[in-house]
Amino acid sequence: MKVTSQAFATRAVAALKNVDLQRAMAKAKGGFIDKRRVAIEALPEFEQLRSVAREIKEHTLSHLDFYLERFESQVIASGGHVHWARTAAEACEIVVDICRRVGARSVTKGKSMVGEEIAINPALENAGLEVIETDLGEYIIQLAKEPPSHIIAPAVHKTREQVTDLFQEHHSRYGYNQRVTEIPDIVNEARQVLRDAFLSADVGITGANFLVAETGSTIIVTNEGNGDLTNTLPGVHIVTASIEKVVPTLEDVTAILRLLARSATGQEMSTYTTFSTGPRRSADLDGPKEFHVLLVDNGRSQMLGNEFREMLRCIRCGACLNHCPVYSSVGGHAYGWVYSGPMGAVLTPLMVGLEKANHLPNACTLNGRCEQVCPMSIPLPKMLRQLRIREFEQRLTPTRMRWGLSIWAYLARRPHLYQPVMSIVVRLLEILGRKRGRFRYLPFAHGWTKVRDMPAPQGQTFQQAWRRSGDGSRL
Amino acid sequence: MNNSARDQILSDIRQALNRTTSLDKSVSAALETRLAAHSIHVQPVVETDFVSRFIAKSKAVASTVATVPSLAQVPEAVTQYLTTSSQKLEVVMAPDPLLDGIDWPASMKIERRQARRQDVVSITGVFAAIAETGTLVLLSGAHSPTTLNFLPDVHIVIVRRQQIVTHIEDVWRRMRSEVNEVPRTINFITGPSRTADIEQTIQLGAHGPRSLHVVLVEN
Repeated sequence: MKVTSQAFATRAVAALKNVDLQRAMAKAKGGFIDKRRVAIEALPEFEQLRSVAREIKEHTLSHLDFYLERFESQVIASGGHVHWARTAAEACEIVVDICRRVGARSVTKGKSMVGEEIAINPALENAGLEVIETDLGEYIIQLAKEPPSHIIAPAVHKTREQVTDLFQEHHSRYGYNQRVTEIPDIVNEARQVLRDAFLSADVGITGANFLVAETGSTIIVTNEGNGDLTNTLPGVHIVTASIEKVVPTLEDVTAILRLLARSATGQEMSTYTTFSTGPRRSADLDGPKEFHVLLVDNGRSQMLGNEFREMLRCIRCGACLNHCPVYSSVGGHAYGWVYSGPMGAVLTPLMVGLEKANHLPNACTLNGRCEQVCPMSIPLPKMLRQLRIREFEQRLTPTRMRWGLSIWAYLARRPHLYQPVMSIVVRLLEILGRKRGRFRYLPFAHGWTKVRDMPAPQGQTFQQAWRRSGDGSRL
Repeated sequence: MNNSARDQILSDIRQALNRTTSLDKSVSAALETRLAAHSIHVQPVVETDFVSRFIAKSKAVASTVATVPSLAQVPEAVTQYLTTSSQKLEVVMAPDPLLDGIDWPASMKIERRQARRQDVVSITGVFAAIAETGTLVLLSGAHSPTTLNFLPDVHIVIVRRQQIVTHIEDVWRRMRSEVNEVPRTINFITGPSRTADIEQTIQLGAHGPRSLHVVLVEN
């Protein structure tokens, strides 16, 4: 999909004024946070599991080639196929080729963020295939022709009324003319409409929450059951997965599973955790005849070797989004691509290019909640700062800000200059602001004073006050 | 092209890890040992009465549970459940030897096969049940078609007490000792299907079963 992250500021302002969006976000926010807290308080081993999970992932990443090769050979041994794609374009080509070879006409999909990342839907549609998203949230945004606004709740920005309108518009062709307004009826109508899609699809595409090297299994963690109908009913099952999803053993994935659902939805276990290994066996009565796993790099092997390596521990639970004050205020679409919130503000610049997304690392208050709640202890604020440094180094920062930062840096590195200059500035501001005690407007800082007043200084710099107080006890 | 993509990704990974080739023998031997060890990490505490825990956890995720003393009482429990929930006595059943050994009433219409669109009620056994989380574990195979777990509206699961294990890892241990190869599908099922995609309100019966009923057999 087209990257529109450079419009973050305008989109964020529009999002703040969007009444429907604000209503939908207000409903979602507290629920995620409270449910997660309750689930974690009920598990005293949570912190221990967090450090175990981190170790498992770090161990795997340090030997990623070994575990990917083992995973590959185990998939092949169980009768499946493995494909490798360096880029989104290569990945789409591989999936389209499989669909063409088997003469597919319709494809059902389980939720996959890698699928969103490589933009598989338009690629399949351009190849003449009918593509149906079957996760309810994904189905809603497919009808609305929108990208997901949350990695685990893709339609979290939609109100119930908006879903009602969408269903009325799109379901009348299946003979559903009644306007459904209550949640049970809305869910039931989607269930009925999508049944036909599940049963007639030629190919089912799912993502993978994890890959297990030991067995060659792909794992999906879901609640609706759509992923299971997608990977069981069609003749061909394709898994789109990124290379960092692999873990060594079933015991390793078990430890991480204990963190995932609790961090995401506050469940101890999601309703369905499903391990797919190869195609149906000769004695099986159902299941796909072909099983393909597509391993997508798309920039990850580069991340493995640089300061963003720890981002590869991410298990896509969404806790950082739910706890981010910026995400909670503006929603996911303002971020302008498929990943949003803190993890999206790190991944988007790394995957689409910093020059196309350099506003995102700046849309952060560095409050640190994302890192506190991350089950994999990813230092998201540190990475956002690193991206800001890259932004400055690559001269992507606006000129006026670069000047400001350069002047400040020049002074800050020279205390004998910094102190007299600051005492003059402070005294000047004190004199100018004496009457009101605050400033409603400051030159070069209009953006800052537009929404708040700057208090006028009280005559001394911090360092002067410190020196006068002697030990600092009477500031 | 596919092979060159594979080789390049693996070579990029090695470069990122400051290596030029595959691992040293000593390192890969250590990794083989780690894989074979199947070491268990941190596990949540599960109380001694893990059967009660299984029942409580199942109910907490909106499953219903009926306990019967022996297999002979299963048909009665199933009939009663179907009657109270206003379902016809028509079921599609897994071709599972355990279920075949039960003396089902003549009034119940039973077909033993995978699920089809119109099926309303399915009955299956399990490979194991996990007390830690109230999870049912089903392995696909000739005796256990996966569609039975997802297509029908009502899924009835017969669990024998000795199939209940305490932790998730116990399933892996049992699987390695009792099953020759990893099956096509391992289903962990924890409650009936649900979604919270509309206004974050939990609604049961999204795409999978609307109800999940466990018949727990004591002996």
